Amino acid sequence: MADRREMWKALGMDVDTHDGLCAALPVAFGDVYLSQKNRPEGMAFWDFVVSDIHGIRPAELLEAQKEGRKVFGTFCVFVPDEVVVAASGIVTGLCGGSQFWVPDGEKVLPKSICPLVKASVGARLGRTCPFFRIADMYVGETTCDGKKKAYEILGEDVPMYIMDLPQMKRECDLLKWKDEIAAFARKVEEFTGNAITPEKLDEAIRLINNKRKALARIFEARKDPDNIPISGADALLVTQIAFFDDPARCAEMCNKLADELEERNRQGVSVFEKGTKRIMITGTPMAIPNWKLHHIVETSGAAVVCEEMCTGTRYFENLVEEGLPTLDQQYMALSRRYMKNNCACFTPNPGRVEDILRLAKEYRVDGVIDVNLKFCCLYDTEGYSVERALKEAGIPVLGIETDYDDGDSEQLRTRIGAFVEMLG
Amino acid sequence: MMHYIGIDIGSTCAKTAVLDEAGQIALSFVQPTGWSSVDTAEEIRRRLCGAGYDQADHCCVSRGYGRVAVPYTRKAVTEITCHARGAMHLHHSRDLTVIDIGGQDTKIIRVEGGQVRDFIMNDKCSAGTGRFLEVMANTLGLRPDDMCELARQGGGVSISSLCTVFAESEVISLIGRGERKENIAFAVVDSIVKKVASQAKRLEEGGLVCLTGGLCESEYIRLALGRQLRTEVQAVPQGRYAGAVGAALCAGDLAKKG
Repeated sequence: MADRREMWKALGMDVDTHDGLCAALPVAFGDVYLSQKNRPEGMAFWDFVVSDIHGIRPAELLEAQKEGRKVFGTFCVFVPDEVVVAASGIVTGLCGGSQFWVPDGEKVLPKSICPLVKASVGARLGRTCPFFRIADMYVGETTCDGKKKAYEILGEDVPMYIMDLPQMKRECDLLKWKDEIAAFARKVEEFTGNAITPEKLDEAIRLINNKRKALARIFEARKDPDNIPISGADALLVTQIAFFDDPARCAEMCNKLADELEERNRQGVSVFEKGTKRIMITGTPMAIPNWKLHHIVETSGAAVVCEEMCTGTRYFENLVEEGLPTLDQQYMALSRRYMKNNCACFTPNPGRVEDILRLAKEYRVDGVIDVNLKFCCLYDTEGYSVERALKEAGIPVLGIETDYDDGDSEQLRTRIGAFVEMLG
Repeated sequence: MMHYIGIDIGSTCAKTAVLDEAGQIALSFVQPTGWSSVDTAEEIRRRLCGAGYDQADHCCVSRGYGRVAVPYTRKAVTEITCHARGAMHLHHSRDLTVIDIGGQDTKIIRVEGGQVRDFIMNDKCSAGTGRFLEVMANTLGLRPDDMCELARQGGGVSISSLCTVFAESEVISLIGRGERKENIAFAVVDSIVKKVASQAKRLEEGGLVCLTGGLCESEYIRLALGRQLRTEVQAVPQGRYAGAVGAALCAGDLAKKG
């Protein structure tokens, strides 16, 4: 690994504190990832990315900035990458997934806010994540109360733009979201100095669709009822990195991995023994490096075959219509695609329960673990409808609330172990 | 004659049960878990040897608090499965709701047709667990059993905090106010019973409801839970050993499988 300290210093990072994270990550990665057996060879790319996670991509982004390109940091799958890409901008995910950043977030936020929000604010204010330093502008959205208020605090430190996401799905809400996308496009044009044309936007739509299709291929391979070609932990890592990587390279690497997984299915090469119970995890997102639940499940005799979460199916399902001639039509097509996402922030939200029941069938799951990050009122409350629907469908479900820190991992291990035993 | 051994090391007490082939409890004993579950496991081994049982053969441990500390068992089974099996065995029923108020966690297990269908464990904190009761009894200068009995004579006071730390300061201010001990004892027991009952209501769907674990020996808790759940809550004398009995049954299955 190249010495990145000079780059981090130049970014104004607290390099000494950041060293603590650099020291902890390889240990965690070794425990969760490198200890797995029979991994697909294609995972070597993602192992390499993680080995220098605050080096490789940040260095690329800095190079792009030298050429005059702008980097937009986002916190949610509702912010349309296509618009940024059409103006030659670059999108990078900014969600904090480690307890490491939480204490810095708690300096300004109440303790009773979800760890993802606390970690994201902590990563910025503690100056311990290069992505949070590099982004020229943060783009937030109104998906939860914790984030809305946190953006006000972040906005004092960095240029911040907020998209107002409707919380219902009537036709007027689709039109409202289209207007929000158009307004965001004007902001991006102004900030980058590049005009968004229908041709450029169509190109961007195709690029991001290709990335979605590539991720979908990996998930498609996980549907094989007789073979589990990739562990849930590895699939989760692929999704997590997709938020940071260049979209064209992401699609290329994912397609290569999908080729291998399809071949593994043909050959019957599985990561797990035959008969291993198949689990779907639903609920709140797992930002990198949050691998806690997958690791516990997959070391308790079961395998994760699907994630119904923003770091999962909600990230890549549904495509944007291509080939539309005008910006107005394209913005509407974007709105329609993004508003198909059944995030718990919508009310009513029957689509999410329908998605979960459909996915449970498609991925032939034996049981579902519905997880919410502590203090996520939306997913916690919706858990009631999700769990009831699953029970009515005869699919065993375990509801879990957890945090980033490892304090509850032994209790979780007991509960998940018992759940797996219950599946027979 | 073949015997099967089950060990359940909880956060407060370690329970051991030996079953004969007919499923009768041949030996059972309980001891404090103490500081080191490794030492406790060793002491259990000595006691078993002293009573003429060879723990090396057919021994299972309940996979809860102290699961990693028992080196001589053949298999660890989660405490949910152990408690469910133990309760079924002790209550001679294959359809029941098991309530186990443990030192560190409270479990509600729904069993249908001999299978665990669902379960809930408190995940937030020590509210509604034996530890809550222990801390409050300590503050009152009573043994937990005595506090539960004393509660029978009290009434008219309630504790609003579910948090053990805040509830303790509530108890202290009640003491400071000169409130009668039995009324405070009532408030403590009432608080834990209501908390456990509200969890149990999420799973209980008719049929037998039984209380296992150390607290099943308190008649008052059993009756108070029954009042909250509007059903009779049953307990058997060996209910404290449900987890250990379940582990022993698992050991028996393993032995029969070879």
